[in-house]
Amino acid sequence: MRFLLVEDNAQLAKAVADRFALDGHAIDCATDLETARACIDTASYDLILLDIMLPDGDGRDFLKTHRGAAKRTPVIVLTARSEISDRVGLLDLGADDYITKPFDFSELEARCRAVLRRQGGTAQNTKTFAGVILDSMTGTLDTGSRVEALRNRELRLLEVFFASPGQIFAKSHLMDRLFSYSDDVSENAIEVYVGRLRKKLEGSSAKIETVRGLGYRIAESP
Amino acid sequence: MTPTLAKGSIRRRLVLQLAGIAALLSLALFLVVRAVAEHAAEETQDNILAASATSIADALYSERGFVRLELPYSALSMLGTISEDRVFYRVVVDDETLTGYDDLPAPEVWSDSRKNKFSTLSYRGETVRSVAVTRAVSTGSQITDVMVIVAQTRLGLEAISTRITATATAVGAGFFLVATALSLLAAQTALLPLNRLAQSVARRGMADLRPVVTETPAELIPLVQSLNSFMSRLRASLTRSEDFITEAAHRVRTPLATVRTQAEVVHRRQSGAADKKALREMIRAIDESSRSAGQLLDHAMVTFRTDHLETSDIDLGDMIRDICDRLFPTADLKDIQINLDCTDQPMPFSGDPILLQNALRNILDNAIKYSPADSVITVRLTANGSYLIEFADQGRGFGDADLTQIVGRFERGSNVGDIVGSGLGLTIADEVARAHGGKLEISENKGGQGACVTVVLPRS
Repeated sequence: MRFLLVEDNAQLAKAVADRFALDGHAIDCATDLETARACIDTASYDLILLDIMLPDGDGRDFLKTHRGAAKRTPVIVLTARSEISDRVGLLDLGADDYITKPFDFSELEARCRAVLRRQGGTAQNTKTFAGVILDSMTGTLDTGSRVEALRNRELRLLEVFFASPGQIFAKSHLMDRLFSYSDDVSENAIEVYVGRLRKKLEGSSAKIETVRGLGYRIAESP
Repeated sequence: MTPTLAKGSIRRRLVLQLAGIAALLSLALFLVVRAVAEHAAEETQDNILAASATSIADALYSERGFVRLELPYSALSMLGTISEDRVFYRVVVDDETLTGYDDLPAPEVWSDSRKNKFSTLSYRGETVRSVAVTRAVSTGSQITDVMVIVAQTRLGLEAISTRITATATAVGAGFFLVATALSLLAAQTALLPLNRLAQSVARRGMADLRPVVTETPAELIPLVQSLNSFMSRLRASLTRSEDFITEAAHRVRTPLATVRTQAEVVHRRQSGAADKKALREMIRAIDESSRSAGQLLDHAMVTFRTDHLETSDIDLGDMIRDICDRLFPTADLKDIQINLDCTDQPMPFSGDPILLQNALRNILDNAIKYSPADSVITVRLTANGSYLIEFADQGRGFGDADLTQIVGRFERGSNVGDIVGSGLGLTIADEVARAHGGKLEISENKGGQGACVTVVLPRS
């Protein structure tokens, strides 16, 4: 997916871009509203992440003109302001959602996903492996013989496997992807989710293998 | 805050002063009316007495060198017309009583003047008014001075005086009453602009700091000017502190966001377990500080707003649906399902939407935070005698903590050890519920383990 990040703090912008890159997303950064407008005119984005306090104006004005121009690209506001009245006002102005700085990246991702899903996403968000189709937008798994609904963590785990078939993922890496920093869980917790996915993949030619001592990978069963 | 009440309102002072003046004027009026009337009555009696005495004197004649008198009874009967008063007379010729009551006192000075001499004196136990008329009667060879004294008791005059006093009192009292009523009216009219000004200021919303432009009498212009200048200073100061908070939040939160995001990136790239653990703790500390800062600001705002609720008509059903939608992604991250049990029928409530939203969001946020993965949070909105908004989770509950204490500031359950929190969430919810005439109820979840937090709001 392609994001536009409008944020004047270069360090934060870089950190967010790095973080998005880790999950394989492309992100363009604009440090002011003028650059942001130029970006929107030249490229198409799945989602805009918008800071409010910018050197050449207020992000809310940008939001107003953006909505006024009937552009459908969803906008999530990154706000440092914590006043509730502000947050309510943001949604009234046409923001699809907001997140307060500093934000939990997985929450930001979840909000992006929720916003895109609400939008009815035109972007192709399916990945296919060994005849199994994973639809990130609807959170469903099509094994060919049946369609399984995936819960959030199952979906996120499967996305990791589908992004790099055959690659072995350490348990600790998978845990980072699945659990938030405030969850204190043992590494065994991952086994629960792997177990559930195996059940849902039953009957297809895709399967999650345990690589003893190293972790898990998805492979095509012969 | 109510200002100290000065002794007596302006209205009361004005009325009292005007009534005081009216009382003095009434008294003066009473005295003048009585004096004039009594004087007139007395003069009338005197005139009749004089006329009576004169007519007796006119009846004097001399015969063979002696003064004679044919008492004209009309002279006495004219006195009888006034009332039942008793009449005395005496005619004195050369210190000898010619006729009449010889003990009726004559004036001390045997005056030469032909003027009538009036005096008030006591005679036979009664106060009498007497007149002495002297007349020179020629008795042939010489002129003899004859004094005619006519006296009358004052019963009639006293009766008249009593009547006059009663009338004067009535006139005075009537004047006082009318004047007091008029002064009440005057005070009311005089204070009308002041009341209008007070109302126009009182009607304002708490956020309305625009200058007062109500029509103002000249005397109040300095007051209104200082009020306006005070409000403009207040507005400037409020704007400054709002800007300051916003700026401070921005300055603190943006670097925190940078650090947090960078820490996440590094955490993902690290493979050393010890480093990962350290980074994880760092991220948690960041979360804790930003969450506490957010809730402290929320709490400050809630405390401020509960003093001045900005109520509007809202639908609790819509509000709770919005909040569940908004928190769905956060819950979904932990595979927590939010079951909303709420009918589509309208749930009208008059309250401060920003405060209610904040309170309900805090409760649901808490529930998500303390719930284990793969659990269900049930949000139920029911309307019976009052509105009940119930949040039941399958989390750890509140442990052994005292359920009545849990809403206290910075109080947390006894079993929260590892979860980031400031302990203000339920305090905020409790204060908001109370400000709306409701309350917050906390119990164990009846349907299983976990906690149940209920916001009770009165149905208007």
